[in-house]
Amino acid sequence: MAIHSITVTVNGSREYLTVPSHVTLLQMLRERLALTGTKNGCEAGECGACTVLVDGEPVNSCMMLAVEADGREVTTVEGLAREGQLSPLQEAFVAHNAVQCGFCTPGVLISARALLERNPHPSGEEIREALVGNLCRCTGYLRIVQAVQAAAEEGGAK
Amino acid sequence: MTNEGLPSALTSDPVGKGVPRIDAYEKVTGAAVFADDMQFGPGLYYGRLVRSSYAHALIKRIDASKALEMPGVKAVVTGRDVNTRIGLYLIDRPIFPTDRVRVVGEPVAGVVATSEEIADEAARLVEVEYEELPAVFDPVEAAQPDAPLLHPDLGKYEVANFIFPQPGTNISEHFKLRKGDVESAWPKCTAIVEGTFRLPRIQHVPIEPHVAVSLWEPSGNVTLWTCSQSPFAQRDLIAQSLDIPHGNLRVVSPYVGGGFGGKAGVSTEVYAVVLARAVKGHPVKLRMTREEEFFGTTTRQSLVAHTKIGCDADGNLLAMETAYYFGGGAYNDYGVNIARAAGYSCTGPYDIPNVKGDSYCVYTNEPIGSAMRGFGMPEIHWGIEQIMDQLAEKIRMDPAEFRRRNCVRTGDTILTGMTMPAIDLVACIDKVTEAIRWGTKEEASAPHKKRGKGVAIMWKAPAMPPNPGSSAIVRFNEDATLNVEVGAQDLGQGAFTVVAQMAAQVLGVPYEWVRVSVPVDTKYSPYEWQTVASRITWSTGNAVKAAAEDARRQILEIVADHWDEEPEDLDIKGGKVISYKSEQEQTLKDMVIYGLPNENFEGWKGGPIVGQGRFMPTYVTNLDFETGQGTRAVVHYTVGAQAVDLEIDTETGQVEVLKIASAYDVGKAINPDLVMAQIEGGAVHGMSSAFEVLRFDEAGRPLNSSFVDYRIATSVDAPKEIHGDFVETPLEDGPWGARGVGEHVMVQTAPAMANAIYDALGIRFSALPLSAEKIFLALEERERAGG
Repeated sequence: MAIHSITVTVNGSREYLTVPSHVTLLQMLRERLALTGTKNGCEAGECGACTVLVDGEPVNSCMMLAVEADGREVTTVEGLAREGQLSPLQEAFVAHNAVQCGFCTPGVLISARALLERNPHPSGEEIREALVGNLCRCTGYLRIVQAVQAAAEEGGAK
Repeated sequence: MTNEGLPSALTSDPVGKGVPRIDAYEKVTGAAVFADDMQFGPGLYYGRLVRSSYAHALIKRIDASKALEMPGVKAVVTGRDVNTRIGLYLIDRPIFPTDRVRVVGEPVAGVVATSEEIADEAARLVEVEYEELPAVFDPVEAAQPDAPLLHPDLGKYEVANFIFPQPGTNISEHFKLRKGDVESAWPKCTAIVEGTFRLPRIQHVPIEPHVAVSLWEPSGNVTLWTCSQSPFAQRDLIAQSLDIPHGNLRVVSPYVGGGFGGKAGVSTEVYAVVLARAVKGHPVKLRMTREEEFFGTTTRQSLVAHTKIGCDADGNLLAMETAYYFGGGAYNDYGVNIARAAGYSCTGPYDIPNVKGDSYCVYTNEPIGSAMRGFGMPEIHWGIEQIMDQLAEKIRMDPAEFRRRNCVRTGDTILTGMTMPAIDLVACIDKVTEAIRWGTKEEASAPHKKRGKGVAIMWKAPAMPPNPGSSAIVRFNEDATLNVEVGAQDLGQGAFTVVAQMAAQVLGVPYEWVRVSVPVDTKYSPYEWQTVASRITWSTGNAVKAAAEDARRQILEIVADHWDEEPEDLDIKGGKVISYKSEQEQTLKDMVIYGLPNENFEGWKGGPIVGQGRFMPTYVTNLDFETGQGTRAVVHYTVGAQAVDLEIDTETGQVEVLKIASAYDVGKAINPDLVMAQIEGGAVHGMSSAFEVLRFDEAGRPLNSSFVDYRIATSVDAPKEIHGDFVETPLEDGPWGARGVGEHVMVQTAPAMANAIYDALGIRFSALPLSAEKIFLALEERERAGG
C-alpha cells in the first residue's frame, strides 16, 4: 500500500497530509480533517451528499481519490459562510425553509454554488438540471429550487 | 438571520407564524452533527455483519476460526454469544439466529476489527453452512395452511395484549372488523366493485444510512449513539433483550438524516451493542452500506388487498368487505401493528354502515417489514381510492362529489364504534378540486401525450399502543433565554422548531430566546415514546405546553408575591412580567434564576425556574377481538385530500406528474411554513413511491439495492407545481388545537395518480409500481385488442 504526501487547499487553508492510495477525498475530508459537513450517503457517486468543489467544479468526493486532489483547491460546505456570515445561498435556504433533515443540504448547497458561479441567472429548469445528482427525500425539491432562484436574484453565489 | 447566534429580529407570539427553523443555521453550515460525524478517537473499532445468502434455511454450522486469525480482527459474535430475541409488539426476532435464517441478508454473525476494511474482509471469512428450506414470498400463499412455516415457535413468543398471532400458521396478527351485516346489504347495492390490489415492498431511502456506535464499559454502563427516531424505545427494547438495567443503558441520538419510520423501533442498532459487549472499553461503529440499507434494515410491507364495496343509486355507500394480507417479512415484531391499524381503519375515510374487514400480517421470507410513513394507510388507500372512482363512474357521479357525499364527518360513529372527533374533510376536497381546476379538461403538451386528473382522500390515526407518553422540561438561563428539553426527535419535520414556538408563546418571550437541547439523550432528556405516528406536535406539544405553563405559574407566583398582587392580574409580554392592575414591570432576566429580594433585602423569594410537563392519552380503549368494536379505538384522525394533474407519453408509457394539490385538516398550523414544507415534500415522496419497487429474484435475493437501480424522485422528476393548503378544525386535546400531518401527506398520492391515469387513458392499474413498462404494455395490449 503506497503512501503519498499531498498538499491540498481546503476552504482556503493549506493542508499537508500523507494518505494511502485507496483513501477517497471524502474519507480524507471527514476522517482526517474532521470536516464532517460533507456527508457519506452511498459511497458510489449516486446520491450527491458528498459533493464538494475541486478547483471550482462540483465533484462527488466519494468517487475521487485523495491523491487526485494533490495541489488543488477544495471547497466544502464549511467554506461557504465567512466569519459566521452566511452566504446569500445559505441565507436563501434558511429563508425558504429549503432544509428539512439537512443531510443532503451540504451537497445541494455546493452544487447550487457551482451552478451560480457558471450561470448567475439560471432558470428553474436549469436549477433542476444542475441538482439532478443531489438526492433529497424530504423536501420535494420545490423550496430548494426557489431558494437557489432567490439567491441568484440577490446577486449570485458569493 | 442569526450571526454568531445573535438574532437580529425577534418574534413575539410565535404560534401560528412561519418562523425559520431553529436548526437551519447549523444545517446550512455543515455544523449539524449526525451519528456518523461523531468523533470517537483512535480506540474506535468497526463492525460488519455476516448475512445469510438464503431466504430460508437451517443453520448447520458457523465457523469463525479463519476470520479470527486475521490480523486486526478483535471478535466474532454469533447466536451462541447472544441467544435472545427482540421486538416491540411481538418478540419474534433473534438478534443472531442459532437454528434457521428466514431472509436473504439476515445477520448470522458480527465481526469487530480495527478498520472497516478488515471487518469487511473478515466477515467474508466466516463460514456458514446451511440446509436450504422451501421459502414463501407472497403473503396470500404464506397464509395458507400448507405454506412453509417460518416460525414454528410462534405460540411461545411474548406478545402485546392487543395482537393476535395464530400459532401453527404464518399469520402473526389477525384483526377482525365487523359492523352491521354486509350479506344483507349487497342486494340493496346498485353498483358493486370488487378488485385485488397489490403493492410491492419499498424502502424508506433516507439519504443518511443507519449508523450506530456503541461502547460497553467494563463498569457495565452501555452507551449507544445512533440516528434514531426512538431513543427511548430502543433503550427499553435493547435493555430488555440483553438484560441491561435501563439506567445503565444510554441512547444518544444526534440529528437524524431522514427517518420515515425506518429509524423507528430497533433495526440494526442492537448489533452495535452486542458487538461492543465483545470488546468492552472500545467503541464499535456499525455503518450500513447503501446496499444494506435497501434490504438489511427495514422495508415497507407488501400488501395484497381483496376488496369489494357497494353503493346505492344515489351514491350512498352501503357495504364493504375486505381482506388485507400484509407481507410482513421474516420478522413482524413491529409490522403486526401495521396490519392492526389497517384493520381498524379498513374503510378509509368513509362512512359505511356495513363492514366486514380482515387484516392479516403474514410472515414471508422477505426483508423485515416495519413502520413506514403512513403505517398501513398508503397500502389500503391504494385500492379503496380506486374503487371509489369506479363506483362513482358506475352510477355516473363525479368522483369528487361521490367523496363529499360519503366521507367521514364530525360526530359520525365510525367503523369501530368510536365517535369521530372534529374534522372537515369536505373543505379539504373543495380546496384541492379548486386548485386543480377539477372538471376542466386540460390540453396535453404533445399529440402523443394524454392528460388526466384524479382525486383521492385519506385518513390516518396515530397507530401506537393506547398509552404512549411524552414529557418535557423548560428551564431558564440567567439572561432569560430558555432551554426546552424533549425526548422527541427532529427528523427534518421541524419538531424542535415547533416546540420552541410553543414554549415561547406560553412564556411570553420571543421565539429567538428559546434553545432546544440536542442531541436527544436518554440520560438527560425527558421521556418520549417514539418520534413516529405524526404524534409529536400533538403529544410532545401538549407536554411542552404543560411544562411552559408550569414555569409560567412559578414566575407569576413569585412576582405576584413580590408585588403583593394576584397572579391572575399578571401576564408575561416580551420577556417582562407586567401587571394589568398596577402597571408594574419586572424583566424575566432579573428573576428567573436568582429570584427576587424581599423589601430591604430581608431575605429572597423564588429560585431557578424549571417547568415540567407530561402528556399521555388516557382514553383509548380495547377493541373486541371478534368485532373490532370499542368505545375509542384511537386518539384521533387527521384527514386530507389530494388531486393530481398528469400526462402520459403513449410512446414510452412514461408518466409525468404536472401538479399535485393537497389539503389537510391540521387543527392548527403551529408553523404554517413547516406544514407546507411537509405537504410539498410528502407529495413528492408519495409520487415517488408510486414508481418504487424492491425487486428480488426467485430465490429471494435482492436485485436493485442501489440508487441507480432503485430510483427515487430527483429534482427533475418532482412536479413543477405543488400546491399546498390546510384547514384548521381544532382538535379537542391538541395544543392550540393542533394535530399531526407528517405522514398523511403521502398516503393517497399513488391512488390519486392511478385515478388520473384512468382519466387520461381509460386503463386501470391495480398493482404498483406505475412503471413506464407496465403502462406501455397495457397500451399495446389495448391496441392489439382493437381498443
